[in-house]
Amino acid sequence: MTGRFEPLPGGGAAAPLDEAEISILRSLAVQLLELIGPGEEPAGSDEDAMLAALFAEGPSEPPSDPVLARFFPDAYGGPDLVPDDDVRAASAEFRRYTENDLRDRKRSDALALVHALNALSAEGGGAVLRLKPDECRQWLGALNDLRLAIGTRLEVTDEDDGGELLRLPDSDPRKPMVLAYFWLGGLQETLVEALTG
Amino acid sequence: MGPVSAHPSPISTLRPHRGTLSVPVEIERPETSEAPFAVPEPDVPWVTIVHNDPVNLMSYVSYVFQTYFGYSKDKAHRLMLDVHHKGRAVVSSGTREEMERDVQAMHGYGLWATLQQDRG
Repeated sequence: MTGRFEPLPGGGAAAPLDEAEISILRSLAVQLLELIGPGEEPAGSDEDAMLAALFAEGPSEPPSDPVLARFFPDAYGGPDLVPDDDVRAASAEFRRYTENDLRDRKRSDALALVHALNALSAEGGGAVLRLKPDECRQWLGALNDLRLAIGTRLEVTDEDDGGELLRLPDSDPRKPMVLAYFWLGGLQETLVEALTG
Repeated sequence: MGPVSAHPSPISTLRPHRGTLSVPVEIERPETSEAPFAVPEPDVPWVTIVHNDPVNLMSYVSYVFQTYFGYSKDKAHRLMLDVHHKGRAVVSSGTREEMERDVQAMHGYGLWATLQQDRG
């Protein structure tokens, strides 16, 4: 697996993907969507429900899942500051009015990835994925989210930069995720290059 | 929008606090002790800080600084290196509302960011 994006003339980027790569990407994106969860839209088209959704507040507590906690960190505090009550209250307020929007964005980026892959696989076998500039930005977001999710699950540290994790024996249950992690890194890196020239 | 006053004030660093009408006044207060997160002071700017994390690609972090803040390639690269080597970098400063917008945007890009008042 040597996924690489190349810039397209006039903007956008393209990458050849084989059947296995398409299937892995789609499966990871679907898992990401399941983790992020469904939107807050009400089931019916009832006007009250729509209004309620419009003014619905997000959560005030950080998510307990480590990946979601990484996606939606506290806005106040950080690693150098021991949070007091004021810091926690400010973070909770920020979370209430931002987390739902952030979830929506991540969901829409991951969905864009799945849709683009679905359009591809109809052709069967391998295919060249072609992204317009707007799609590039969504893919960049989704690829980054996938790497954040896998990196968090694998507990990647700075020292792992191409080191210890890659040397895991094939029998290690983490091995497939490690390979996917570095493969996604290559895709993302080349997509950034394609966008910045 | 800055405060409008019929009485020109020599204090130019006054910033309106969230949701309040701010009238420039002479501020005479004793040096505050080192409270880590005291009552917000309207005249102290807020900053957005991006923290290092082991997953985000260096090129991607630079790309985000260029794309969102409109920073030059050089400035974005320098800030990214600060994040990487020093563990954090101040990437913008302004009012609390502006910094909350920036932090939300950074979280949208998947960067780990916080805001706080800049206490030098």
